[in-house]
Amino acid sequence: MATIPQRIIHEYLRHDKKFPHVWCAGCSNGIVLGSIIRALAGMDIDRDDIVMVSGIGCSSRMPVYVDFNTLHTLHGRSIAYATGVKLHKPHLKVIVITGDGDCTAIGGNHLIHAARRNIDLTVILINNNIYGMTGGQCSPTTPHEAIATTAPYGNIEPDFNVCELAMGAGASYVARTTAFHTQETQNMVKEAIEHPGFSLIEVVSACPVIFGRLNKKGGAPQMMKDMRDNSVPLAAVEKLPPDKLEGKIIRGVLRKELRPEFCAQYADLVKRVQAKGGEA
Amino acid sequence: MKKTATTKSAPKPKTKASAPKQETKLEELQAIRERKTVLMQGNEAVAYGALDAGCNFFAGYPITPSTEIAEILATELPRRGGVFVQMEDEIASICAITGASLAGAKSLTATSGPGFSLMQEGIGFAKITETPCVVVNVQRVGPSTGMPTSCAQGDIQQSRWGSHGDSPAIVLYPDSVKECYELTIRAINLSEKYRTCVILLLDEVLGHMREAVRLPDMANVRVISRIKPTVPPHWYKHYDENQKYLSPLASYGEGYRFHVTGLTHDQLGFPTNKATEAADMMERLRKKITYNIRDLVQIESYKMEDAKIAIFAAGIVARAAKSAVVMARKEGIPVGLLRPLTIWPFPDDAVRKMLRDVDVVVVPELNQGQLSREIQRLVKDRSDSKLIKIQRVNGKLISPTDILRKMKEGI
Repeated sequence: MATIPQRIIHEYLRHDKKFPHVWCAGCSNGIVLGSIIRALAGMDIDRDDIVMVSGIGCSSRMPVYVDFNTLHTLHGRSIAYATGVKLHKPHLKVIVITGDGDCTAIGGNHLIHAARRNIDLTVILINNNIYGMTGGQCSPTTPHEAIATTAPYGNIEPDFNVCELAMGAGASYVARTTAFHTQETQNMVKEAIEHPGFSLIEVVSACPVIFGRLNKKGGAPQMMKDMRDNSVPLAAVEKLPPDKLEGKIIRGVLRKELRPEFCAQYADLVKRVQAKGGEA
Repeated sequence: MKKTATTKSAPKPKTKASAPKQETKLEELQAIRERKTVLMQGNEAVAYGALDAGCNFFAGYPITPSTEIAEILATELPRRGGVFVQMEDEIASICAITGASLAGAKSLTATSGPGFSLMQEGIGFAKITETPCVVVNVQRVGPSTGMPTSCAQGDIQQSRWGSHGDSPAIVLYPDSVKECYELTIRAINLSEKYRTCVILLLDEVLGHMREAVRLPDMANVRVISRIKPTVPPHWYKHYDENQKYLSPLASYGEGYRFHVTGLTHDQLGFPTNKATEAADMMERLRKKITYNIRDLVQIESYKMEDAKIAIFAAGIVARAAKSAVVMARKEGIPVGLLRPLTIWPFPDDAVRKMLRDVDVVVVPELNQGQLSREIQRLVKDRSDSKLIKIQRVNGKLISPTDILRKMKEGI
C-alpha cells in the first residue's frame, strides 16, 4: 500500500464511504474546503461545537465530507436552518456553505434577513457564476452577456454584487476573495468565525467544466491564473486609475463593524423579562 | 411640516384604545398561567398545550387565523427561557424549527393554508431526516388566499400528501378547545417518540372559539421526550433500526457529529444511491407508522353500539354531528357518530367495522369530499352500504339541522 502523507486536513475528513467526492477535476470547491479546514485547525474550537450547514448545489455537498455536526438542507434554505440551530444553541459555531444560486436566488430572502438580524453565522458563499450541479444554467451572478445553457444567446440580465447585497442588508462582516488566494481565504474564514455577528465571505471560484467550457475560459489552470491576474486587493484600489479597475475582482475585508448580535439581544430580552417576574 | 404634524397626531387615539386591550390580554394570560377556569380560545389552548409539552422553540410568520398562537408564545417563551422568533416567511419558519430540533429543541410552528402550502418541502425534509417538530395548521377557506377568516376543512388531504414523494403522516384533529390543548401535547409527544413532523389540523372556528377550560395540573400532564443515545459516538447510527423503528436521537453539540441530509440516506445518515439502502430507508419510514397504528390512531365512538346510521365527521363538524345524533335519537332514529382524533394514519379498521355494522354512512365535511373519498376507498367491498355526502365550501358551517335534514332525505 502506498503511504499517503497525513496532512492536517485529513484529520478533519470523514474516512468511511464519503469518497470519492462529487466535484469535477479542476473545481475550486476542494481548494476552499482546504482553506476552511486549515482555518479551523488553527483555532481553539472543539469540532463537536462546529455545525456546518449547506443547501443544494455543488458547493453545498461539502458538509458530508467533514467530521463536524453537519446538515445538508433544502435548496436555498441553509441560512434558515442555521438560524434555528444557532438560536437554540448559541454557543455552537455555525458555518453555512452555499453557492451563488443557492444563496442569492432561491435563498435571497433568508440571506437578507439573517444579515439584517445580524445573527452570528459565518456564510461562505462559493461563487462560480453558474448552476453547476444542474448543468450550467445562468444564476444571479452569471456576468452580463456570459453564456449559460438557459442563456444560449448571452445573459441579458445584470448580475448581483453579492457583497454589496449583504452589506446593504446589514451584514457586519463582509469580505471577498478568490479560490486562488488560499491563504487569504483561510485568514478571512478565521476572522469571520471569530466575528460576533453575521459574516459573509464571497469566494470567487472556477467552474472550468461547465462555466469555463461554455464561455471558453481555457480550462482549470487558466481560470486559476485569471483569478490571480484579474483581482485587486482592496488596499491597491485607491492607487489605481478607474480604467484599470474595469472588470476586476476586488479582494479584501469590505466591512467589519460591531453591531448588536441577534442571539445576544435575545438573551438580554429573556433576562429582562425574567427579572420582571417570568418563570425561570 | 404640517403633514408630519398630522401623521404624528393621527395614531394617538389608536394607542389610547389599544392600551387597555393589551392589559386585559395580559390579565387573561395570567389567569391561564394560574390554571384557573377561563374562557379560552382554541389558539390559546394550542399555545399553552405546546408550553406544557415542553415546547421551547417557536419560529413562525403571521397569518390569519393562527396568529394568536404566535402572539402568546412571543409573550410566554421568553418568560420561560425558550426561543420565539418571527421569521421572514413560512418556509424559513419550518426550516428554523427543524434546525432547532436537530440542536435538541422541542419545536413548533403555526400557520394556515397559504403558509402550510409553502411549508410542504420543509415538512418532507423533517420527515425524511426523522426530525421531531410540530406544524399547527389552523385551516381557512382556500384555494389560494380564499376566505382568511372563514372555516374550511380543505387541507385534510394536503396534510397527508402535501409534500412530494411517499412519506409517513401523523395528523391530529381536535374538536373542542380542551382537545386543542390535549392534542397539541399529544402532537409534540408523538413527534418526539416517532421522530417525525406531526401536523395538528384546526378549524378556523375552533381556533377562535372560546370555551370554559381549566388546564390540568402539570403533575397530570404526560410528556414524552426523545430517547437519547447511550452508545459511544463511533457506534451511533442516526437512523438505527431499533425496536419498532423508534430509534435514539442525538443533538448537535453533544459529541456525536452526525450528518443529516434530505438525500436518500443509509442508517448513518450518509447519502446513498444503492437500491437496497434506498428501499430500507423508505420501508423504515413506512413501517414506523404501520407497525404502530394502535398507538397512533385515536377515535371517538358516540352512540354507535346500536346505530344503523353512522355519521363520520372530524373537527368542528363533528360537534354539529353530535347534536344531530342527539336530535335524531329523540325522533327514534338509531344514529351514532364516529370521530377521528387521529385523521392520518386513517382509522381504516374502525371505519371498516363501522361499515359492517351500519346501513348508511353520512359524511358531512367542509370541503369537496376529502373525507368521504377515504370512506369510499374502504366501502368498495360492501356496495350495499349507502353513503350520504354533505359538503360545503362557502365559508359557512354545517349545522345539526343541516345534517339531520340531509340524512332524512337520503335514507
